[in-house]
Amino acid sequence: MLKSKKTIPNLIAKRFRGGVHPKDRKELSIKKIEDAELPAKVIIPFHQHIGTPARPIIEIGQEVKKGQKIAEATGFISANIHTSISGKIINIGRNLYPALGRSSLAAVIESDGKDEWSEEIKPYFPVTQQEILDIIAEAGIVGMGGATFPTHAKLSIPEGKKIETVLLNGAECEPYVTSDYALMLEEKNKPDAIEIMNRAIHGEQNIDIATLKVKYPQGWENMLIKAILNKEVPASRLPLDFGIVISNVSTAHAISNAVRLGHPLIERIVSVNGSGIAQPRTLRVRIGTTFAEIIRQCGGYSKQVAKVIAGGPMMGSSMSDINVPVTKGTNNILVLAKNEVKETNQRPCIRCGNCINVCPVGLIPRMIALNSLKGQFREAEKYFPLDCKECGCCAYSCPANIPLVQLIQTVKADINKRRRSVK
Amino acid sequence: MQDDGLLTISTSPHIKDKESIPKIMWTVVISLLPAVFAGTYVFGFRVLLIILIGVISAVGTEALIQYIFHREITVYDGSAVVTGMLLAMVIPPGVPLWMSALGSFFAIALAKAPFGGLGYNIFNPALIGRAILLASFPVVMTTWQFPMSMQTAISISSATNMPVDSITGATTLGLIKRGSIDNLLPIWNLFIGKSGGSIGETSDLALLIGATILLLKRYITWHIPISFIGTVAIIFGLTELFGDKNFIMIPIQLFSGGLTMGAFFMATDMVTSPITKKGGLIFGIGAGIITCVIRILGGYPEGVCYSILLMNAFTPLIDRYIKPKRFGIKSNA
Repeated sequence: MLKSKKTIPNLIAKRFRGGVHPKDRKELSIKKIEDAELPAKVIIPFHQHIGTPARPIIEIGQEVKKGQKIAEATGFISANIHTSISGKIINIGRNLYPALGRSSLAAVIESDGKDEWSEEIKPYFPVTQQEILDIIAEAGIVGMGGATFPTHAKLSIPEGKKIETVLLNGAECEPYVTSDYALMLEEKNKPDAIEIMNRAIHGEQNIDIATLKVKYPQGWENMLIKAILNKEVPASRLPLDFGIVISNVSTAHAISNAVRLGHPLIERIVSVNGSGIAQPRTLRVRIGTTFAEIIRQCGGYSKQVAKVIAGGPMMGSSMSDINVPVTKGTNNILVLAKNEVKETNQRPCIRCGNCINVCPVGLIPRMIALNSLKGQFREAEKYFPLDCKECGCCAYSCPANIPLVQLIQTVKADINKRRRSVK
Repeated sequence: MQDDGLLTISTSPHIKDKESIPKIMWTVVISLLPAVFAGTYVFGFRVLLIILIGVISAVGTEALIQYIFHREITVYDGSAVVTGMLLAMVIPPGVPLWMSALGSFFAIALAKAPFGGLGYNIFNPALIGRAILLASFPVVMTTWQFPMSMQTAISISSATNMPVDSITGATTLGLIKRGSIDNLLPIWNLFIGKSGGSIGETSDLALLIGATILLLKRYITWHIPISFIGTVAIIFGLTELFGDKNFIMIPIQLFSGGLTMGAFFMATDMVTSPITKKGGLIFGIGAGIITCVIRILGGYPEGVCYSILLMNAFTPLIDRYIKPKRFGIKSNA
């Protein structure tokens, strides 16, 4: 991916500032990828991405086939949605979505057990850059590392910008999570994926692999860019502005499947792990399969369970109900037993400075959080809360158990509310 | 196994490292133990009693105040234990036993509790306790018991025909202040602690062993202690370079008095020192300069205590201007 092999020794030395080293626990679920059982029912939300929700183009009672488009993108920053099984639409309504407190309009589809592909699905033979972007958009591909930004939008390079580097992000820095890890171990078609991406952005083929220091949040794209290319992309700008396109390996794999086979994004790798799950596994799961079904396929709970988390332990969302569907951005299901989830006693800040030392974006988390605690949102705003990516390093390392991320989120919500009311 | 079906929901992160305030405080207690042992070895078992009384008084005062004001009783977190220990370790070994109790009382009741307790105090409580004792009992607080071997005790007893409990005299810094620099102790004695001084301050060796624990646990960083001690070394180096060229004064200044204790255990107090590493450098350099000004120009032979207290007052100002570099932003302007 990089210009020259000579740069590799330097790569390893480079790093980003801050970060933490939680126990990675990846041994739990790093096993061969297995195909999950075909679900009897899927719940497919129309809003699985950043941007505007897709508009449903099916009706209740309609028969659908695997891969058929069921909702259409409603703008450039939006994504198509396809059904992941063949069967009948039995309901369209609001359903919980695997992000804390969010819901989305969703189609509930009952399987006919045939798992038949739609006739629309066929391999393409794209030639031009635009054709490849069209295929990516048609396949409804979004960033699968969790950010879920529509990929066709990300790869559409504005006039005048030149991309020098394509990074495939396989860092997967969250503890427990092994979906990208398993994918990289098993899939041999990485070069294909890179070639297709290069063609999509008119790049040249020149591949390097960079090994990085194990540190969280290494997999956040700005930290990866800092560590590999030693460029700092500020919160207000995009990697694009620095000649860089970065994509998660699962996303690259989805692009490859879309272009070579014509497959829309209807399945993904999900690792299932944590102390509360009987058999940790890494599964290839149809989008829309419920957490409850996947947990059942992993032998159910092994202990009294306190939390079921979509994603990893650092940034994942805890679920109130396990009847939520796996979406395009769900890389992991983490089940934490009661004994692992302790009620913490919040103490006063002793100014140890940990939050400052671990913050990868160079903030003073305590000043945002402590002002937030007192309701002084305007004062908190002076400490750049909008730079915060909520990676969780500060709260992870706070000896006083101050819920820094939550307090910073409160400030951000207040800022966004005020900005909206101004408009 | 199925459970009640109720799931806990909370914001991320869902895991936490093992650090906690009690763990930090009790580690500081452990890191002070080598100096406690050294003090006991040099001055006798009575100093253990002084330290114990200081700790009990600090913990008791904090618990009493929290009880009276209907606050959560939090003495188990170890912070009052640290304050009591530190206070007792920076007073002379010959003080009456009640004095460490009084000092700890002042430390908690005047320097910590009124500001809101742990995390909110501006000045280092133990140093405030010491400063109040020094102002209230100037004679007792500057009467320095000397480490005494059995042999010296016998020889003095036989010479004077009187049983001897202890010998007192001026500390090395006190002698220098008076200009008598001919009969100073060997540096090695100063370093390992066979010299007159406060209970826990004399053995730099023991203090450095304890400080190593804190450095390895990353509860303190090198920034404050090294800039503090380095500044003192440089200033005394310069005064000797342009003065008597008696460079032995540099290690004497470093290893006698409370510099090691102050730089590693007092100035590094998280609550009262700057929160950034860069701010810590400024703090250390400032404390070093003030220490030298007091030692060279001031009325006291020792200036570590006041230099740290003065820099404590500057900590909010330092924190206001020294900020970490925002990712991707060239300058902080």
